[in-house]
Amino acid sequence: MSTEARKPPPQIALKLRRALGGKAGWNGVAVQLAFAAILGWIAFEIISNARTNLANQHIAAGFGFLRNNAGFDVNQSLIPYTGSDTFLRVFVVGLLNTLVVSVVGIVFATVIGFIIALCRLSPNWLLSRVGEIYVEVIRNLPLLFQLLFWYLAVLAALPNPRQSISLLGIAFISNRGLVIPSPIGESGFAPFLAVLTFGIVASLALRIYARRALYQYGHMIRIWPYVLGLLFGLPLVTTLIFGLPFTFELPQLKGFNFAGGSRIIPEFVALAVALSTYTAAFIAEIVRAGILSVHKGQMEAGSSLGLSRGATLRLIVVPQAMRVIVPPLTNQYLNLTKNSSLAVGIGYPDLVSVFAGTSLSQTGQAIEIIAMTMAVYLLISLLTSAVMSVYGWRINRSLGA
Amino acid sequence: MTDITASSFVRQDLVAERPAPVRTTGFIGLVRTRLLNSPTNILLTILGALLLWYTVIPALKFLLVDAVWTGTDRTACLPEKAGFVVGACWPYIQAKLPQLIYGFYPEAERWRVNLTFILAAVLLLPLLIPRLPAKGLNSGLFFFAFPVIAFFLLHGGGINGFGLSWTAGLLQLFDDSVIGAGQGLVGLSKSSAIGPLLWVIGNFIVLVGTAIQWLIFPLTWLRGQLQAGGQSIWIDFAITTIVISLILFYLGGGMRTGWRALASSIATFIGIAIVIKLMGLDHGGLPIVTTNLWGGLLVTLVVSVTGIVTSMPIGIALALGRRSTIPLIRIFSIAFIEFWRGVPLITVLFFATYMLPLFLPGNFSVDGLMRALIGIALFTGAYQAENVRGGLAAIPRGQGEAASALGLSWWKTTSLIVLPQALRHVIPNLVNSFISLFKDTSLVSIVALFDLLGSLRASFSDPVWSTPSTAFTGFAFAGIIYFIFCFGMSRYSLFVEKRLNVHRRN
Repeated sequence: MSTEARKPPPQIALKLRRALGGKAGWNGVAVQLAFAAILGWIAFEIISNARTNLANQHIAAGFGFLRNNAGFDVNQSLIPYTGSDTFLRVFVVGLLNTLVVSVVGIVFATVIGFIIALCRLSPNWLLSRVGEIYVEVIRNLPLLFQLLFWYLAVLAALPNPRQSISLLGIAFISNRGLVIPSPIGESGFAPFLAVLTFGIVASLALRIYARRALYQYGHMIRIWPYVLGLLFGLPLVTTLIFGLPFTFELPQLKGFNFAGGSRIIPEFVALAVALSTYTAAFIAEIVRAGILSVHKGQMEAGSSLGLSRGATLRLIVVPQAMRVIVPPLTNQYLNLTKNSSLAVGIGYPDLVSVFAGTSLSQTGQAIEIIAMTMAVYLLISLLTSAVMSVYGWRINRSLGA
Repeated sequence: MTDITASSFVRQDLVAERPAPVRTTGFIGLVRTRLLNSPTNILLTILGALLLWYTVIPALKFLLVDAVWTGTDRTACLPEKAGFVVGACWPYIQAKLPQLIYGFYPEAERWRVNLTFILAAVLLLPLLIPRLPAKGLNSGLFFFAFPVIAFFLLHGGGINGFGLSWTAGLLQLFDDSVIGAGQGLVGLSKSSAIGPLLWVIGNFIVLVGTAIQWLIFPLTWLRGQLQAGGQSIWIDFAITTIVISLILFYLGGGMRTGWRALASSIATFIGIAIVIKLMGLDHGGLPIVTTNLWGGLLVTLVVSVTGIVTSMPIGIALALGRRSTIPLIRIFSIAFIEFWRGVPLITVLFFATYMLPLFLPGNFSVDGLMRALIGIALFTGAYQAENVRGGLAAIPRGQGEAASALGLSWWKTTSLIVLPQALRHVIPNLVNSFISLFKDTSLVSIVALFDLLGSLRASFSDPVWSTPSTAFTGFAFAGIIYFIFCFGMSRYSLFVEKRLNVHRRN
């Protein structure tokens, strides 16, 4: 007769104590109670003070003000906006402006950052020094300083529209901002768009198919000619059949300013330039560290397997470097988005500037407006960190398998 | 069998000298191997040289060659007057230098600012050189004594009480608030669904408040007596000294080992007394200079040093809280850290400027600089917490376990074993946070404080000095100052990192 192992005692009291008070046991519970009392006291003080202060200033708490008319103009908005729109619409306009400048900044910062990283990693001594100087100078100056430098010194020193600097005759830079040609949709626009979407979807499907063929049966399928055909050939054919999808309206100098084209306000230019050059320095360091983190032996192993240098980089080095690069890179993107709030320093109408700045001074609803502004940024960063933890989980899974 | 000597070969003449190998070191070697070793590299070198040619040369030309060095107003820096394309306009910096360093600090009182700067340098430099002794005393002076002295030097004003009065005042304030809260709840109970419950809780709180009032009555009574008399500060000071010293004596081990604690406590209080007497704090101190007159580099340094000093304790507390096993404290720390790290500093400054005054009692006004400082301390504290947490995670478990095995309590384990090692680990990270804090102080110019950047911006609008090159000159000057500070700190962090990793090398 075999003796069965006895079940361990349930130790309910112990587990309860552990759950309630951590390692410190009942002492922990007591500490928590005291802490909760202090927090409650602070919360009470804050609420009662805020209530009396608001009553003294005759401000009604609550979000009702969002439906009132804003009554001020915003000099850049993606959606139609006039001074008689509500504060809620101001909020949306500011949020969209923040997102636009962040996206533009992220794209340019990534491009510049990778170029600088390549410079720093280059075997050429002079070029790597140039990259180093760039990184050191940019990283050791405050972002607001750089922003003001671009806005107050560089852009202000540009000539007026009549003597503006022409870029190939299609875009013009002056102290009134950047004027670029604006696309105008024509009859062929709808089929062009449809075909382009089809091309993108089809090439993605093709890539998945080729991957599967490679991993499951070991067939190498060359897909790039088809992808090229899908992405460029098809739209070209469609253009030939249906006519041009859109034409560009070129800006023309009329009197003292430009007519036609679309004008990008100087604040946007300064903010985008400052954000992208500043973040690029950090991205360059991240990319460099990522590539250096891949052991030299990996490259050698790749070439001993008979892979070409390009294939080794693409298949062996970059995927491993990406694992190191992506988390801090995302962090930098997040930083750029948060730093775009410096727009308030030069008057670009972003969320902080128009909502926490102008709207706050007009309504005096400090608590609601600042809470909403903070909530937006908090939401963005929480979303990013959620996406990043999913990414980390996937990487860990692919490494463990 | 052949003769072995006949087939052997003996060389008669010397081997010809081979040419020396190509040099790979020195300047020539560098040029050969890393600049011009392949067609692509030659192309890249030309590209790099062109880049430098079009950035460095014009910059040097602007700053030195084409610059105007003397003058009294804008006319000296106008191209028409000078007769050439004018570069930097240095007389403008000369004229604005006081504003860029002191802001509107009264001219007669500027020695106080200079004295503070000198004091800071004298205390900070030995702290940064690892070889010098007495780090404990030095850091104590810099992190605790210096901020207080700097406050009374820069702001001025005196004290009208000491430890006893302050403790009594604080307790009184706390007690009033507790009783107020209880009465509020009782008042609320009349119009609430859970009225009786609220009534009971409210009355209980009022009861607790009254009990506290009786407990602290001796203190408040003593304070009243002191303030009625004349030389209240010194009696207050003596009482505080005796009480604190006795407590430290007891905590230090009483008759057996407490003498050391007693002596150091009394020495500290004598030091405080000397400072009070020297600065005349008991007679109202130096004339008050309100913070709205402060500006320029002074504000930049005040904000960054205060941020550094105040964010450390906040960061350590939050980091320990985040690693604690007590649920409520851990959750609170995580929420607090993630909240401040998730929002931009600008919104924090807006919060501190517009929202914080609403949260404080109406009779309690905080000036603009103080508000920004609170916001920056909370914001930086959250970032420091994550740095410190990294250091805590790097300490092996065995350290804490060994300490428990020796019978040390949690507090002793943390303060004597874990924290010192953890902090030493993360000095480079802490310095990096300080660099970003120093850069971020420029943001206070957005909430109407005139730091270096704010003063610079204000000086641009002066019509006396408005020339085409004014803005560039100003930015060049401020940029050099920022660069020196930040670059210096980053080199220092590299130096410390190398020193810390000595045992890990090879």
